[in-house]
Amino acid sequence: MAYDYEKSIRPGKLPHIWCPGCGHGIVMKGLIRAMDTCGLDRKNTAIVSGIGCASRLPGYLDACTLHTAHGRAAAFATGVKMAKPEMTVICCGGDGDGTAIGGNHFIHACRRNIDMTYVLMNNFIYGMTGGQFSPCTPTGAKASTTPYGNPDPIFDISKLAIGAGATFVARTTAAHPREIDKLIVQGIQHKGMSIIEVLDDCPTTYGRRNKFRSVVDMMKHLKANAVPIKAAAKMTAEQLQGKFLTGVLFHDTEKPEYCAQYAEVIKKAQGA
Amino acid sequence: MAKKVALLQGNQACAAGAVYAGCKFFGGYPITPSTEVAEELSISLPKVGGKFIQMEDEIGAMASVIGASLTGMKSLTATSGPGVSLKQELIGYACIAEVPCVIINVMRGGPSTGMPTGPGQSDVMQAMWGTHGDHAAIALVPSSVQEIFSETVRAFNLAEKYRMPVQVLFDEIVGHMRERIVFPEPGELEVIDREAPTDGPDTYKPYDSTKGQIPPLASFGSGYKFHVTGLNKADDGFPTTKASLVDAEERRQVDKVMDNVADIESNEEYLTEDAEVVIWAFGSTARSARYAVNELRKEGIKAGLFRPITLWPFPTKRTAELAVQCKAIVVAEMNLGQMIHEVERAAKGNCVVAGEFRVDGEPINPAQIMKKVKEVL
Repeated sequence: MAYDYEKSIRPGKLPHIWCPGCGHGIVMKGLIRAMDTCGLDRKNTAIVSGIGCASRLPGYLDACTLHTAHGRAAAFATGVKMAKPEMTVICCGGDGDGTAIGGNHFIHACRRNIDMTYVLMNNFIYGMTGGQFSPCTPTGAKASTTPYGNPDPIFDISKLAIGAGATFVARTTAAHPREIDKLIVQGIQHKGMSIIEVLDDCPTTYGRRNKFRSVVDMMKHLKANAVPIKAAAKMTAEQLQGKFLTGVLFHDTEKPEYCAQYAEVIKKAQGA
Repeated sequence: MAKKVALLQGNQACAAGAVYAGCKFFGGYPITPSTEVAEELSISLPKVGGKFIQMEDEIGAMASVIGASLTGMKSLTATSGPGVSLKQELIGYACIAEVPCVIINVMRGGPSTGMPTGPGQSDVMQAMWGTHGDHAAIALVPSSVQEIFSETVRAFNLAEKYRMPVQVLFDEIVGHMRERIVFPEPGELEVIDREAPTDGPDTYKPYDSTKGQIPPLASFGSGYKFHVTGLNKADDGFPTTKASLVDAEERRQVDKVMDNVADIESNEEYLTEDAEVVIWAFGSTARSARYAVNELRKEGIKAGLFRPITLWPFPTKRTAELAVQCKAIVVAEMNLGQMIHEVERAAKGNCVVAGEFRVDGEPINPAQIMKKVKEVL
């Protein structure tokens, strides 16, 4: 029997705004399956996003949804989680939103290790504004503001998250839909800051400019260059050139979670 | 039983007022001259089970405050001019999404870094027009330590009642001044809590204007699932570009303040009944102005003081009445002339409107106000 996504989607809110071939829908389905697997009570689940194509995701889902300002998802979500730690908090958004304009909030949410799950859809481009380069656009790639090829080096989002102090960091791609929900489930179940980076595709503003002839080409590219972290251990640096590691890249269960730490502050303040 | 009395700094009184009002969340970022508000709340909020967080920047602080408020917590941030500049984007978000919150601005000199430890009153137009787009604003300008306490409480009341951000602006002089304060007993000052929705979760719409000009806001995590966005939206909270819906929502959000000016307005007048010249001043400047009025009266000049406590919405009606009654209004403010434009608008040429301004980091003193009064009469 086909999976029932409808029960998780707000009546009348589809069709979504995403272009044909966009990977965001695959991620949304993965998120829905993950929320079901975790048995989340939607009344006590806040889904928080910033601005951009990926940030439109919460509006479609039946939950407490907060579509904030550009880059600010992690900071709004921090307020929600601090105020009501019993709520499950999920952030979602794109690479430009999360790591350029929102980079400061992103790294500090990681540093605090506040219990939330951030599903970051990295499609290497600012899609909604028409394809300007983001901190994740590969060097040399074409974007509407890099007509001669992108001179900028890229952010490795997962490494950034690990370096900043997130305690569960995983990466997969839109070409691996089964892995998306598995990793999000682990992220939700992990007590602390979880970053799930999903590499996906923007055929409209990235693919067309960068010699991907079709969405299938883009998916094949994601598949061909994804290397599970276990397999990578047996590969040379040369073999790993241009590849991206997938799976659970980092998992630390020792570092204290932020709201739990603040509960201790309250106890001390109250003289307990 | 004798009331609790203390010698308290303005910023500390602000923190105490917030706790009295039921504030349970503070998100902030260190900035002079407001830092004591944060420091005090880092001590007092956890004692009452509240939450204090120092965020990574001013924008993040404002974001955390809005996020916390959406769960039903009365929420506060405190900053100064440069911080308010950074927060403008999200003050606008709180306006359009109609999320109650209070923003304290302990005013220093500007623009930019300006004079961090010196007083200023140059953020008063920013309080009204700082964020982009059409919106209403409520801004309160206390002028004593006692009043900082009570106006902070009133700011929370107005934020919750009108479902919007409310700013409290006081200059560094009032923020750092120490004065005697008599702490109000619980119940002595009115404390307004957020109105709960009458609709159940299945039929609730967060912007349903059939529920009144200010539709009730449900809380995240209280059984209600709804959508909040900074986009123009319909009554159900979801984005729309339909002209009639956008227009109705935009107008409602301004009208909810402008139709209720009488409820929001608060002014103090001193010897204005027979005044031939009215000094129009707020914050610490109003204290110099009051002194000047007394001195001028001794010299036989019929001077009076009009002191707005609610600066926005602007006290147009009473300013206009005074303009008809008196020969001149002298607007004294620690900037190069901001509120004077509003006073001129309200006065409609019915009296002379003159300004006495100062931006050198020194307070406006009574002597310079007296000199200006004598010049215009």
